[in-house]
Amino acid sequence: MEFSELIRTGRAQAQLLRGPEAPPLRGTLCVTGHHLLLSPGPQSTPDLWLLLLRNVDSIEKRVAGDSGTITLRCKDLRVLQLEIEGVEATLDIARSIEALSSLESVITSFPFFYRPKGLRLGDAWHFHPPERYYKRVARETDAWRLSEVNEDFSLCPSYPRAVIVPRAVDDDALARSARFRQGGRFPVLSYSHSPSGTVLLRSSQPLTGPQKRRCAEDEELLRAVLAGARPGARGFILDTRSAQAAKQARMTGGGTEAKAAYPGWKRLHRPLERGRPLQESFVRLVEACGDPEQSMDRWLSRLEGCRWLAHVKEALSTACLAAQAMEREGACILVHGAEGTDSTLLVTSLAQLILDPMSRTMAGFQELIEREWIQAGHPFQLRCAHSAFSHARPKHEAPTFLLFLDCVWQLGRQFPLSLEFGEGLLLALFEHAYASPFGTFLCNSEKERCLCEVRTRTHSLWSGLNQPKEQRKLQNPLYVLNPLAIWPSVEPQSLRLWQGLFLRWTHPPEPAEVAWEKVWQIVTGKEETEASQPTASA
Amino acid sequence: MKRALEHLKVENVRLVDRVSPKKAALGTLYLTATHVIFVENTPDSRKETWILHSQISTIEKQATTATGCPLLIRCKNFQIIQLVIPQERDCHDVYISLIRLARPVKYEELYCFSFNPMLDKEEREQGWMLIDLSEEYKRMGLPNNYWQLSDVNRDYRVCDSYPTELYVPKSATAHIIVGSSKFRSRRRFPALSYYYKENHASICRSSQPLSGFSARCLEDEQMLQAIRKANPGSDFVYVVDTRPKLNAMANRAAGKGYENEDNYSNIKFQFIGIENIHVMRNSLQKMLEVCELKSPSMSDFLHIKAIMDAGIFHRKVSEEGASVLVHCSDGWDRTAQVCSVASLLLDPHYRTLRGFMVLIEKDWISFGHKFNHRYGNLDGDPKEISPVIDQFIECVWQLMEQFPCAFEFNERFLIHIQHHIYSCQFGNFLCNSQKERRELKIQERTYSLWAHLWKNRADYLNPLFRADHSQTQGSLHLPTTPCNFMYKFWSGMYNRFEKGLQPRQSVTDYLMAVKEETQQLEEELEALEERLEKIQKVQLSDTKVKSKQSEPSRHSGFSTSDNSTANTPQDYSGNMKSFPSRSPSQGDEDSALILTQDNLKSSDPDLSANSDQESGVEDLSCRSPSGGEHAPSEDSGKDRDSDEAVFLTA
Repeated sequence: MEFSELIRTGRAQAQLLRGPEAPPLRGTLCVTGHHLLLSPGPQSTPDLWLLLLRNVDSIEKRVAGDSGTITLRCKDLRVLQLEIEGVEATLDIARSIEALSSLESVITSFPFFYRPKGLRLGDAWHFHPPERYYKRVARETDAWRLSEVNEDFSLCPSYPRAVIVPRAVDDDALARSARFRQGGRFPVLSYSHSPSGTVLLRSSQPLTGPQKRRCAEDEELLRAVLAGARPGARGFILDTRSAQAAKQARMTGGGTEAKAAYPGWKRLHRPLERGRPLQESFVRLVEACGDPEQSMDRWLSRLEGCRWLAHVKEALSTACLAAQAMEREGACILVHGAEGTDSTLLVTSLAQLILDPMSRTMAGFQELIEREWIQAGHPFQLRCAHSAFSHARPKHEAPTFLLFLDCVWQLGRQFPLSLEFGEGLLLALFEHAYASPFGTFLCNSEKERCLCEVRTRTHSLWSGLNQPKEQRKLQNPLYVLNPLAIWPSVEPQSLRLWQGLFLRWTHPPEPAEVAWEKVWQIVTGKEETEASQPTASA
Repeated sequence: MKRALEHLKVENVRLVDRVSPKKAALGTLYLTATHVIFVENTPDSRKETWILHSQISTIEKQATTATGCPLLIRCKNFQIIQLVIPQERDCHDVYISLIRLARPVKYEELYCFSFNPMLDKEEREQGWMLIDLSEEYKRMGLPNNYWQLSDVNRDYRVCDSYPTELYVPKSATAHIIVGSSKFRSRRRFPALSYYYKENHASICRSSQPLSGFSARCLEDEQMLQAIRKANPGSDFVYVVDTRPKLNAMANRAAGKGYENEDNYSNIKFQFIGIENIHVMRNSLQKMLEVCELKSPSMSDFLHIKAIMDAGIFHRKVSEEGASVLVHCSDGWDRTAQVCSVASLLLDPHYRTLRGFMVLIEKDWISFGHKFNHRYGNLDGDPKEISPVIDQFIECVWQLMEQFPCAFEFNERFLIHIQHHIYSCQFGNFLCNSQKERRELKIQERTYSLWAHLWKNRADYLNPLFRADHSQTQGSLHLPTTPCNFMYKFWSGMYNRFEKGLQPRQSVTDYLMAVKEETQQLEEELEALEERLEKIQKVQLSDTKVKSKQSEPSRHSGFSTSDNSTANTPQDYSGNMKSFPSRSPSQGDEDSALILTQDNLKSSDPDLSANSDQESGVEDLSCRSPSGGEHAPSEDSGKDRDSDEAVFLTA
């Protein structure tokens, strides 16, 4: 295997430091093509799989005397410290990990080798095809059709093969509209809100440019949207950039819809942070969380200074605005920013969670992620190439998906009974988005996934997560179907730092686990057994 | 009450909705001897808002506008009420009356002297006997070979802010105690606060020594020696001064100060650094401003962490087995905080419902925490006011957040205790010392809060409490490295009346409801099984009963009402200056009571009557301050028109 060229030393004697309260773990450290293992010895416990090398975000080595220390900072925010015997071994191991963790090739990544017992290749990949969501829409309205105009990904490389568009617009018109939108992302249906007969659409920015160009087919498409919705419906174009930024985009060929060209549609600007500032915010928050010795004042000012919670607030309130306009105003909404692959998806997916009880179930939420993030072309590979610890200069990295998960967590905290899934699922999604044995979050678009044959050569995360043994970790035992919209409070007092994620490795997890156990006992009615055997608990 | 209603009455007053100031309820304002009452005039609801005078913190008359004269009332339980009174003259009258009513000068004016929960004399006496400190000392294993009950403070002869019953080391003679008391501020000599029977270590408390720069006192040194001797397991005593070192040094110039390690044999001295009452008062003030303004920063916490760090010295007691003497300046504020947090961490008994009441009775009430001065029950020096016990209560909440299974009581219990510390509805927290309370014959003239809370204890239980779990037994282990991350903003307390800011569904209430339903179903099952047996005996067909028995699905009972936990969207349009939450008074519309509450209400009508009198607005929120069940669909229907187009203006 070609990995062997990158592995300078496969083995070394090492010990894993486990903080002040636990003794270090000794054993033989092994570097394989995809993993780091610690084997405690022949007779004792089985090998400890330290981590997937892909999970390593940054590596720091230090040598002193005849041994060395390696600090691995992981994408899931864990920090591992290893003490390794021998200076040479330390440096070799560090170099091997560095080389293996930064491999860019998709088809040599671990998902292509991962063959777990009990799962069949190809399972669950067809859980959430666009046809399925279309069927749901078609049950309520016939104003929409499933178009396969993007069959060969030529129209829009970041869209899936099939998209839902107004029935009144033919494929040729779609092709013209696609040419008028950045990256070919013409307006498509994201969610149809049947109680109010309105729809949520998403696209990228129109290419109006400095000459304020127009596109008749694009205008026709949006007109058809209003015609197909509730009679008398109006529309709002929710631009996730500031009015000024949208105007400036004209200089580089982009821009925003001219009011006169789209009768019935009104524009709203809700600037959301994206790209590098968002990544920096994430880095600063994680930095602040990694320093337990700082004073209270310092911690609070750093928490505020990183502005992460401000981003959570902005994202949530923008999604609420969209949802409110649909539910209360009976308006149709088109969301876009520039590319339409980041903050756009953040807003459309959160708005659905707020409005749609289906998307708050376990299966519905997975479908939402598949449809609104993976198939909608959020460039996971670029955005999640590095997490908060990397020293590399960020290029395309941004924790947009993490911001989405955080917003969902806030919803779950404010409506503890209304989500069928618990924090466990959100944590798992965060981990798998950054480093995973499954293929679900690989690549940047359906087109790339198709080229790499991800669907046939890797396992789907959903089949991994939906195994019965995983369910207890992922489910919310308190769930009761709530058929109504859930309107969160977005005031600063109502938003909390997501301790379960950001302080996951510094926070002793036991008290929360004990509480969770108790919740399960109460809900499943197993409580009496505990009471009758008071000594059973450990 | 009827008679009092005629006190002052103003018609056509508007109660401004803090969410959308344009929406205001029209109604009539009454001032009675004890309450401000606002009754809405709307035909379908005559909603009432009741505010106790003793809860009023500040009253602000704002500039007259075209619609009338606005009056802003801020309460000590963090409620804010804005009224608009049409006539300037009426407004002035209300303002002047309220200023007078909110600042009573005699104890007899306080609500507890007129409050009557319809209990007879015997019940009242029993209520006062519910929490008995001599029982508590017995529970600790006292008296024993090392500690004895001293009568040196009989008739408050030595120290008028201490209780009469005090435990001191056996070897401390009356001579030593009196001598030591003369060397301590306000004569608050070292006395026992908590005895840890497992290893004989103790927590004692006192005030600062009058050491100045060089003064010594033989008896005081003997007193500390006696405390050390009372713990055979350790050969020294920790002396913990809870003040910042600078403050303690400054006190030396005034002839006070701290113990000199050279003068006392075998003591280890250390400072902890909790700021004084003035810093704390300003800190709370700042935080409340933040709560109100909704600025997205929250950089000013109460100084919870310092108190918690101080409480960590309990490790010295439990692990090192050393005794500790705690003091600050007078030994009634920071000392009370630190001793009670330490006791709470050490002893699981204090983490139970009854134990917590005992703890407050012991470390706060009996040891002379100046409730009257700190919480401004009677008109007095505003510089004396400080949220000392509020901080302790918040410490407990922070611990509850960190150890969800360790406490028998829930958040609501803490919030209600805080409420009643200010409400003066019960006599427990009156006056500044036991001596004053006895002189005022509090127990004969008022009722005890503890009995009231105990009677409604079903409301205050934490469904997650696991008394038998190893993690919650013995002392609680906070992480060794002090960690700031754990501390959260307690919106359940500080934004208690802004329901919109709270989680909209209450896990506690849900779990209690599930528990109750499980129990009911089991009882039903048992009854049915019994019946089945009988029926079988009579040789009848049993099929019908069987099918019935398996029928009730677990969650069916409350799922419908829980489902309706909708709420209305707030103004997301970005103009965040406006007060965005739902109005506090909307709590009343929340008719979607889940199962427990219905049951409780019917099982205890007395309770609802009480809370009604206390404050109409609070009625429901009283039962579920954590936010809980909210507005059913009808609510969202109501709000539809008003919320419309809010965002269009953006």
